[in-house]
Formats: sequence, C-alpha cells, structure tokens
Amino acid sequence: MSFDRIEEKLSILADAAKYDVSCASSGGKRKNHSKGLGNNTGMGICHSYTEDGRCVSLLKILLTNHCIFDCAYCVTRKSNDIKRAAFKIQEVVDLTINFYRRNYIEGLFLSSGIFKSADYTMERLVAVAKKLRLEENFNGYIHLKSIPGASDELMREAGLYADRLSVNIEIPTISGLQLLAPDKKHEDFIKPMEKVKNEIIQYKAEKKIIKSTPRYAPAGQSTQMIIGATGESDRDIMYSATYYYKKYLMRRVYYSGYIPVLEDNRLPAIGTEVPMLRENRLYQTDWLLRFYGFSVSELLNESHKNLELDIDPKLSWALRNLNLFPIDINTADKRALARVPGIGMTSVNKILQARKFRNLDWTHLKAIGIALNRAQYFITCNSKDFYKKELSAVMLKSKILKNTNSKYNKFFNQQLSLFT
Amino acid sequence: MHPQTVLLYDGSFDGFLSCVFLAYEQKLKHPIIRKQSQTHHELFTITECVITEEQKARRVWKGFRKKANATERRDFFKAFLSEIKGVENTLFRYMQNTFSKINNPNIDFSNSDILKISQVARMVQREKHRMEAFVRFELLKNNVYVATISPDFNVLPLLTDHFKDRYADQKWLIFDTSRKYGIFYDLISVEIITFENFSNIDSKIIKKNYENEEINFQKLWHTYYKNVNIVSRKNTKLHLQHLPKRYWKYLTEKTIH
Ligand code: SF4
Repeated sequence: MSFDRIEEKLSILADAAKYDVSCASSGGKRKNHSKGLGNNTGMGICHSYTEDGRCVSLLKILLTNHCIFDCAYCVTRKSNDIKRAAFKIQEVVDLTINFYRRNYIEGLFLSSGIFKSADYTMERLVAVAKKLRLEENFNGYIHLKSIPGASDELMREAGLYADRLSVNIEIPTISGLQLLAPDKKHEDFIKPMEKVKNEIIQYKAEKKIIKSTPRYAPAGQSTQMIIGATGESDRDIMYSATYYYKKYLMRRVYYSGYIPVLEDNRLPAIGTEVPMLRENRLYQTDWLLRFYGFSVSELLNESHKNLELDIDPKLSWALRNLNLFPIDINTADKRALARVPGIGMTSVNKILQARKFRNLDWTHLKAIGIALNRAQYFITCNSKDFYKKELSAVMLKSKILKNTNSKYNKFFNQQLSLFT
Repeated sequence: MHPQTVLLYDGSFDGFLSCVFLAYEQKLKHPIIRKQSQTHHELFTITECVITEEQKARRVWKGFRKKANATERRDFFKAFLSEIKGVENTLFRYMQNTFSKINNPNIDFSNSDILKISQVARMVQREKHRMEAFVRFELLKNNVYVATISPDFNVLPLLTDHFKDRYADQKWLIFDTSRKYGIFYDLISVEIITFENFSNIDSKIIKKNYENEEINFQKLWHTYYKNVNIVSRKNTKLHLQHLPKRYWKYLTEKTIH
C-alpha cells in the first residue's frame, strides 16, 4: 500500500472520529481460538493516553467523512468545508491487524459518515468486521457504529462479528434533536437500538437451549450524549441515560462535553469552554447509579435539577440528607457504607472483611484507604472521638471544601481561574 | 543478646522457599532472609548461605497451598517479585501467620503484614498492567516481534500468559534490559532466554534489523496518536498521571518524530 496516501487518510479520518468519547474495550470476553490473532480478556487495556488524558485503546476511525446529512454539532456535516477522504475496506483491515500485532491497540472502533444511504454505509462497516473475523482470524475487540436507519438484517449481521454496537443519540432531548439535526428522525436512532436489544435477548434465550448459537454482540451496546449544546439540565441528561440503560439494556452511556467546532447560532460559540467538570460530575452520577445503589431521583429531581460542580454528587446528596448520618462503620450494612462520602466500593469491601476480626477505629480506616477528610463527618467507629453534629449543611460543606484538596477541587479552581 | 541469623539465597523464588524450609527445620523464629547480592557484614549475626533445592521449595509451597487460596498465593508471589528490600521478611512472617492458623483466610486487613503484602502485590500488579499496555513490538527481518522493557519490578514471569494468549500466531520476544533476561515465544511455547552477548538486544541493532515496512507502521501510529488529541481539552496533569514520563521510552508514539 502507499503509505503516504494512507497517512493522509488516517489523519483526516482519525481526526473526525475523535469526538466520540467511547473508548471502552472491556466487557464481552472473546478467546483466541485455533491459535489465531488476539483475544479480548474483558478487561480492556489503555495502550496510551492522549494529551487531554483520555485512554487510547482502539483504532478509532471513520470509514469515510463524506456525509449526506447536516447535523449542526458535527464536524463531518455536509455543509462544512473540510477535506474529505475514504478508506478502502482492505486498508482498514490492514491497519487494524498491523497495529494490533505491535501491541498498540485492543481492536477497532469503526464509525462512518453516511454516504449514499444508511444501508450502503452499514454494509461496508459490516464487511470490515467480517473480513477481520473470517479472513484474518482476528479475535480482538471490534466496535461498530450502528448507522441510524440501517436495516434489521444488517444489524443482525453486524452483531455476529462485532463485540459492541452503538448509536449515539447525541442530543438528550427530542426537541434538541429536532433543532440541531432536522433531517434525522428519532425513530431512526431507536430502530437499530431496538433490533440489537432484541437480538441480545434472543441470543441469551437460545444459548440456554442450543450451545452452538452464534454469539451476538457480547459486549452489548452503548450510546453517547453531547453535554452543553442545547441548554439541557443535568436532570434531563441523567433521566434520559436511565431510560436508555433500562429500555435498551445499554452497557454504557457516555457523556461528551460539547466542543464547539463550527459557528452556528443554534450552538454555543466557538471558544466556549468545554464543560469538562460538568462531564466529570455526570460520570460520577452515572457511577453512583450503576454501582452504588442510588436511584436517579435521589440525586437529581425537581428541586435539585443540576449537579453541584464544586463537590461530588455523593457528598452533595449526603449534605442534603444529614438526618441519615452518622452511621456506625462497624455495624452498618453494605448499602449504607457505600453511601458515605469518601468511601469507595473497594474500601466498602475491605471494611466488611476487616471488621470481622475486630472493631475498626480511625487508624484502621486510614490504613484501609478511605478519604477521612470527607468521611469523618458522616461516620462513627470504635473511638469516642467523632464529629458531633453541630454545623449546618452549608457550613459543613465549606468546612470540607476548605480541608480537602481533592483533585476535582484543584480542577475546579483551575477552570474558575480561566475566567478571572 | 541472641545473635540474629541471616539466610542468604540466590534471588530465585525457589531459593527463598528453601530459606523458609530451613528456618522451620532449625526452628528459627525471626531469621532475616536476604539475597546474596545484598549481603553486607554486620556484627552480632550468623550468616548462612542457603542452597536452592527444588524439592524443599516444593514442599513449602505445597504446605502453603493447603492454607492459602489462589488469590493469596498469587499476591504472595507478586510481592516476592517486587524485589523490595526486606520484603522476604514480611513474606516470611506472612507465611508463619498462615501456617499457624486453622482455617482463616488472610483478609484481616488490620494485620499490618497482610495489609503490606496486599499493597505491594497491588503495586506489582499495576506494573504488570502497565507493561501489558506499554510494550511496543517492533517487527524484525527474522519475523520476530521484539520489545525491550525495564520495569520497576520483576514482572516478566507475570506477563507470559497474557502475551501467549494474545499473540499466538506470531513469534515474539520481550526482553528485560535491567534484569538481562527475556521471554521468547516460538509459536509453540514460551521460554526464558538470556543472551551471551547482551548487546545483541541493543536498540541500534534492533533498528538495523527492522522488517521493511516496520518504520512505516510506526509512523502511521504516530500520525494516529497526534490526530486523536483534542487540543481544547488539553490536560497535562491528567496526561502525566496516566502516562508517567518514565514510561515514555517504551512508547513508539512518544519517541518517533
Ligand atoms: S449523520 Fe453523522 S456524520 Fe453525518 S453529519 Fe450527522 S452526525 Fe455527522
């Protein structure tokens, strides 16, 4: 192949794909069979990090950035005057294999602008995955973008070769979508999602009866929402996310702070700060919902529509519910421990183990690694020394903020200082 | 005052276990176990060189196996690979503690040895993960994919399975330049190798023997790396936190221009 030409295409098509934040290569194990190339341990490895600190684990590219649509928030949109390029199917296969063999990547994440039609595009994405699996005996990770509007037949085939499929809803509210992507229909997004969900359910059912049922998208599906493009609230975003988790059995929902790439009066102006801290708080909330047993209405509701930026969502919740604290570290159940600010799930498990042997005091808790600067106000342990309820929520918050040098805190100050 | 016994061993895991065997045989309660390479003369000590005996090592491990579960055994081995000065003594006390117990797993994190071993094991595990991520293979004319590393801990023994499972259809070699040995996969099994002439694995010689397209793929990877960066999100602190500078030397995307 001509390396110069490939290099040019790669620079254009990697650049255009980078706004998709999903990088996960985890979930859905795939063994290396018959001594082929690669495996997927289900753990996902970050082989490198970009200068903005994001994980690089996949070769994430567009097959082409030619597109017949004109979505306002997208660099690839038809009306944008940029260089266009398109990979041949074999070129993507060769790049993937050669990068993989050198231990640069865990696999491929292939997306595309929509050229000609949804099906025409989807067909080509599927062809790449099929070639990798059948001709190259490649068992690494493959994530394909489901093209909105693609047919059920193609979506079925896609899932046979890909580990994960995703459709980005991008805009959390239907009204926002109408404003920014007028030629895309909400149903077009939903259709491939629905199909993938049904295939996964069917696969799981059949698998129980017939062992040889071909696997279908073992790492499930995911989606992404752009944050801060349409003035939506955190509550809007997290309620949508919860809906997609439940209704379409999403493995992951990603939140991507909007990066202004085009002048458009429907959107924040170029140069507007990327809401990275907000994005971070949304991920923390997502985490609390999926692993810490919180329900979305506890964290966001009519009287609390947006997350606090200066403290994490768990601390924020605890301060709004001081009446539930303090709890006793030596007797509280797992669920209650997980709700204490400054105590992560790893520490919860360690506490549960360690307290079988003796009642824990502050020294033990410190050794276990919990963040006492936050946790101390919400717990008691085997010690007479503990925080007596005396401060109001507001005062307690400022006390904690003063005494913590959390990474978010610094980050927060950094972002603020940009405006002063 | 009782003179303290210092047991010296050859640095191998079997050697260390042979020391444990000897300590039990001679009923030494608090021996100091140390690598021969770390010997220094002390007053009031009795120094004994312990010969590595596989038989004895195996007996100790068999006994340990009965009392410790798979995770604990793995953590134990990982902590050993840390090569941290004095870790042998913590490991010895940990073993004593394990042997003396009837049926309790080692999860009492309020016991400082147990906590220490689990922490050190975690550090070693992290280095293992980093190597799995940051190893960069370069294809040579003889069709072997080669990578050199110099990890903080002796993690090569922990890397074998991962790379063997993943790269089953290509020959590869990962060489630890600090500890001067490597693991080589010849399409059938993985073997430990050393080079008589160490400079064979020198980076200049590797470059000279690149397969024809090797440099092109390195350039493509560099191009890719440059283009996935989002300038308006630049966050150097986070970048360095994930990718500490001392690992950059491994990374094609950071070293090629
Ligand atoms: S269809 Fe996709 S690639 Fe095309 S403009 Fe819309 S978001 Fe961008």
